[in-house]
Amino acid sequence: MSLLSFYARNTTEVLGLIWQHLYLVALSTGAATIIGVPLGMLLTRRPAWRGSVLGLANIFQTVPSLALFGILIPILGIGFWTAVTALVVYALLPIVRNTYTGIAGVDPAVREAGRGMGMTDGELLRLVELPLAASVILAGIRVATVVSVGVATIGAAIGAGGLGVYIFRGVAVVDDTLILAGAIPAALMALAADGALGLLERRLAWHR
Amino acid sequence: MVSPLVQDVSFTVGAGETVVILGRSGSGKTTTLKLINRLLEPTAGDVLIAGERTAAVEPTRLRRRIGYVIQEVGLFPHFTVAENVGLVPRLEGWLAERIAARVRDLLGLVGLDPDTFVARYPHQLSGGQRQRVGVARALAADPPLLLLDEPFGALDPITRVELQREFRGLEGRLGKGMVFVTHDVREGLLLGTRIGLMHGGRLVFLGTPEEFGKADHPEAVAFMRAADPGPAARG
Ligand SMILES: Nc1ncnc2c1ncn2[C@@H]1O[C@H](COP(=O)(O)OP(=O)(O)OP(=O)(O)O)[C@@H](O)[C@H]1O
Ligand SMILES: [Mg+2]
Repeated sequence: MSLLSFYARNTTEVLGLIWQHLYLVALSTGAATIIGVPLGMLLTRRPAWRGSVLGLANIFQTVPSLALFGILIPILGIGFWTAVTALVVYALLPIVRNTYTGIAGVDPAVREAGRGMGMTDGELLRLVELPLAASVILAGIRVATVVSVGVATIGAAIGAGGLGVYIFRGVAVVDDTLILAGAIPAALMALAADGALGLLERRLAWHR
Repeated sequence: MVSPLVQDVSFTVGAGETVVILGRSGSGKTTTLKLINRLLEPTAGDVLIAGERTAAVEPTRLRRRIGYVIQEVGLFPHFTVAENVGLVPRLEGWLAERIAARVRDLLGLVGLDPDTFVARYPHQLSGGQRQRVGVARALAADPPLLLLDEPFGALDPITRVELQREFRGLEGRLGKGMVFVTHDVREGLLLGTRIGLMHGGRLVFLGTPEEFGKADHPEAVAFMRAADPGPAARG
């Protein structure tokens, strides 16, 4: 059975899974951004915390995704929110790290100019550091999004839905078409997110 | 104990007066300026502005009342000329129209056509234009005191002289107190009502340009000789 005829016969289901997948990725990356950017900003103000926070985030990052689901299930049970939690954990490191390095990488002379003009620390962050670090921060969000698209396929294993549903079903019944039916849209989704966010990133990058 | 970077520095600046801080590279000129606007805190001694100890003033409030022209970098690369010049008024909560009008006035004052320059970014300006914008920005909120850290450094000699002449005209009109840092004696003699000479972190001479010409401190003599090599060197 060809891929196209599979899609033609299962259009509603396919669109549903794509939507579910997008929702999973958008929700978790969004949450990771809301947590990660302020956390990265905080680390630039509390450099003493940097080692432990980034270290912890690093450790989470190295846990294989299936194992992370395994750890979370006894705590959160199976389902959508467990998958979201795991995806947030994965997305945090690149976002926190890039926010930190982006802000820390702002030319100290520019920072001092801001202080010399009488900016408060908050104004310095809002008017100078965040705008100058924007493209680096966005690069972190881009990496997190692309990783999430991939990891989200595993969410199907714990009943969170998404395109992984076809992949796992295909593996179970040894059906290549079914595997591809899940894998191809997921890959395209990752490429699209990478491209769109990359474009935005270049627009935010600061020409000298 | 670490030895202080600057010590024994004491001078006053009156309204309409320009004290030039002259000294070779590393003599502590920038450090002295930063002690005035509290980018650095003195380990000993006081800085007073209008009789008030700066240590008692909240640093951000203090700095908004002191114009600061920064050595080399200093304009924000992501701000347009208008945003750079209007920064302190914006921090002070001025209305947008008032800021825009002020920016145009100031650009005119420093010899830049507002229509041409407001929307440009610093990387679209020449070095000389950038220095002018830096001076305009320092003047934006009409501070009574101005700190200028080699504002005309890193310019070709012709543009430099041109800016110095214009600046001399501004000095008279503005009536502000200025502390002007330079390592160029001619610039110092041209622009200063008084010259302070720094050497190894100390203020070793303070006096009028005429007095500076007659000073016998070896560093002053060295500076005067550098400014005018004399007939022998001219050959
Ligand atoms: N943050 C700092 N920590 C330690 N030493 C410093 C610091 N900033 C400057 N110095 C040292 O203090 C001395 C004076 O520096 P300063 O920047 O005041 O010199 P300057 O007279 O402005 O020189 P230039 O003409 O090159 O700008 C130098 O020896 C410099 O290395
Ligand atoms: Mg200096």
